Amino acid sequence: MNESYDLVVIGGGPAGLAAASTAARAGLATVLFDENPGIGGQIYRGITANPVRNRAILGEEYWAGTALAAEAKASGATIVNGATVWSLDASLAVGVSVAGRARTIQARRVIVATGALERPFAIPGWTLPGVMTAGAAQTVLKAQGLLPNGRTVLAGSGPLLWLLAAQMLRAGARLEAVFDTTPPLNWSRAALYLPDFLLSPYFKKGLALMREVKRRTKVRAARHIEAVGTDKLREVVVDGRRIPSDLLLLHQGVVPNVNLAIAAGIDHRWDARQLCFVPVLDADFGSSVPGIAVAGDGAGIAGGTAAAERGRIAAIAAVRALAPDAAVPDPQSARQRLQREELGRAFLDELYRPPKALRRPEGGTIVCRCEEVTAAEVRKTAQMGCEGPNQMKAFLRCGMGPCQGRLCGLTVTELIAEERGRTPDEVGYYRLRPPVKPITLGELASLPASEAERRAVER
Amino acid sequence: MLKDAYDVAVVGGGLVGVATAWGLAREGCRVVVLDEGDRAVRASRGNFALVWVQSKGYGLAPYAGWTVRSSEAWAGFAETLKQETGLDVCFQRPGGFHLALSEAELQARADALKRLHNQPGIVQYKAEILDHAAVKRMLPDIGPEVAGGSYCPLDGHVNSLRLFRTLHTALNARGVTYLPDHRVEAITREGGEFQLVTARGTITAGKVALAAGNANMRLAPMVGLEAPMLPERGQIVVTERLRPFLHHPVVTLRQTDEGTVMIGDSREESTDPRGLTIGVSATEASRAVRMFPLLASANVVRTWSAIRVMTQDGFPIYDQSESHPGAFTVCCHSGVTLAANHALTVAPMIARGALDASLVGPFSARRFHVQAAG
Amino acid sequence: MFKRLGDTGATLTLTVDGKPIRARIGDTVAAAMLAAGIDHCRTTPVSGAPRAPYCLMGVCFECLVTVDGVGSRQGCLVPVAEGMKVETQLGKREAGR
Repeated sequence: MNESYDLVVIGGGPAGLAAASTAARAGLATVLFDENPGIGGQIYRGITANPVRNRAILGEEYWAGTALAAEAKASGATIVNGATVWSLDASLAVGVSVAGRARTIQARRVIVATGALERPFAIPGWTLPGVMTAGAAQTVLKAQGLLPNGRTVLAGSGPLLWLLAAQMLRAGARLEAVFDTTPPLNWSRAALYLPDFLLSPYFKKGLALMREVKRRTKVRAARHIEAVGTDKLREVVVDGRRIPSDLLLLHQGVVPNVNLAIAAGIDHRWDARQLCFVPVLDADFGSSVPGIAVAGDGAGIAGGTAAAERGRIAAIAAVRALAPDAAVPDPQSARQRLQREELGRAFLDELYRPPKALRRPEGGTIVCRCEEVTAAEVRKTAQMGCEGPNQMKAFLRCGMGPCQGRLCGLTVTELIAEERGRTPDEVGYYRLRPPVKPITLGELASLPASEAERRAVER
Repeated sequence: MLKDAYDVAVVGGGLVGVATAWGLAREGCRVVVLDEGDRAVRASRGNFALVWVQSKGYGLAPYAGWTVRSSEAWAGFAETLKQETGLDVCFQRPGGFHLALSEAELQARADALKRLHNQPGIVQYKAEILDHAAVKRMLPDIGPEVAGGSYCPLDGHVNSLRLFRTLHTALNARGVTYLPDHRVEAITREGGEFQLVTARGTITAGKVALAAGNANMRLAPMVGLEAPMLPERGQIVVTERLRPFLHHPVVTLRQTDEGTVMIGDSREESTDPRGLTIGVSATEASRAVRMFPLLASANVVRTWSAIRVMTQDGFPIYDQSESHPGAFTVCCHSGVTLAANHALTVAPMIARGALDASLVGPFSARRFHVQAAG
Repeated sequence: MFKRLGDTGATLTLTVDGKPIRARIGDTVAAAMLAAGIDHCRTTPVSGAPRAPYCLMGVCFECLVTVDGVGSRQGCLVPVAEGMKVETQLGKREAGR
């Protein structure tokens, strides 16, 4: 690993792989940092060393990642797995930790491709062992070939829920039930965007998946989900009906993983359709911090294929800025493919917009899993006059644990908005600072400090 | 509509403001607290939570006595808050250390203590220099590079964020009006009343207590007072929760009741609370690991930077306005240490309408002119 | 809670709280624990409640375990190795390990 690169790409999912390939092929000294043991991100998890022999289980959509991974490996980009990026700032210094050693790498351009994470699904009992995200079950299916074994319930809404159900059924899993929490009224709002959706690649795929799942298991509409147990999950209670269960898999869409981008000082805004914070970006996915672009689902949710196109567009812009004479693909064709991918998004966003009751919990339901802060505490503190998540953090410690608000941030913002009669945009989000992922004190201590920086402490 | 609705408007919803407001409410005043929003430059969210005595007062001897007074009042203050709110702010006074990582640092520390305690008229209390072996008896996990340190049995610490929350909870229970997002733009006095202009309306009150930290510099001249400030940035590193291993606070490193270890005490000439200088955090971490080598493997889960409230000479400012009777400043760096004084001593003076010069006279901002003239 | 899909390649052995478990090369610690039917990997430092892996993608920090003597490792990001010693983490981590 060098001390500096033309381009540092953070994240090895479709956006990061496409960006790194494009830039490296054009001659930029490019490094891609990815935290996982292998590249592929979440969507193509395990793509280079997959234990699932039967390709039909994961589906052709998944295996499309093989080409992206191969392209990146052949591109000349340096790919570093097991690399945790914990800091990024306006000087384009990238703090990264590999095998227990922290260092800072200087970049001339940075593409943040940190992707998405699943939207918080704060229901009673969601911290119990035996309750996981649907994405978690999909991750171990893809990368380790693990399949749920006991009485398994899926609950929530969104494309991933259907995909996972189909994949698990193909692999031979038995599902007790699938509970669809999509509010029926969403269909009428989504219908406005149906014409575009009918033209999008998601239409046929989605319909086929839903049919496949409904043919093989019972799908029921649900409004209220509760996980019950003391030491671990014993039963799932759905609208008053008790279902003895060993595993509950929850999902209600994905949202951008904003921690690194916010800590880097990139401006974000509330996206009222996707109900999450997204970075403010230009047409090349450049952010408010010069030299940093955000590509992939981190730029707003659009899916894996769109992510790759975004990565290419951002990389082409980086090449043009740093090496104007280098040959790059025409970004117009990437833009056209991206546009096609994004065509059906509005429909999906409206249809799978999670209901308020599942985004804004009440009572003793835990909101912040790390610090075990409940919805009632957050609501009461907001009523007392606490207007924003940073003040809330000071009062209740929500967002102060190791996950740094990833699992509670949106919930806290929405609860404050509701209690204070404000919009989530007005309420805002946690202020985040490096390290955005934990590094050891010893690692931090090993980093260089200037004379002035030392004097700021040693007096 | 709000004419004379309040006896006192406290400007500033940080620790100094809410401690003062709580004290005023206890005196029976109808109080409103005007605060800024969530993104305000908040020193109270970024403090180190020491209730600290050693080394306070060099250059202004009465400050040492004022600090000891608050330290002595703190246990009762915490107990009262607990009775009112059910919340425990975890005040402890086990005695605290200042650790030296070389003989030179230890000598400098000894010299500083000597200079401080040799000042005429200074309150006397125990503060001693201990060598490595003596420190190790009380802090068994220190590393070999610790040359020694100074120890003062009056030093302690508290859970400052819980203190912040507890005071807000107590204000709420006492019916104090808390108005967030009410940045005060102008203050005028007419007909014996103060009008505090904010973008969200004008608030009227009989008295005004300015407790807005560094913003007092902007606000004090509106009521014929001054608050010369010199803001600076400090950074803190925080580890994950660890089992208790450190039973005394060190001035730059302490373990909270929750188990996290806070490491810090940097000073940079910056007024941007958003930034973070990694080299500064690295230096703090490096010193922490040299003091307590077992911390090397602990995970850092958070860092923060915050702007210190700092007057130009580092000492508090308590003043009452001559041109605008009923206007007061309550301004200091050590809002945690002095919280008991602000609640139990300063607030009652403001309620009565006059500061007691025998207690807070030395802290008038007029001292800046005396020094300039001298 | 989880089983393996048929033929899954070479295996190795690690221990969890001293008990040997079989894992597949390519497993993460968290995946290996799930496959071995271990129902929680830690108790929280706040209330002592049991927790198990939740997201398996490095963001939730629920799968924290002690790996070869080092506490608070994210089990979902650490690949297994032959002879690795994993311990469930109870409450607050002990300083120095």
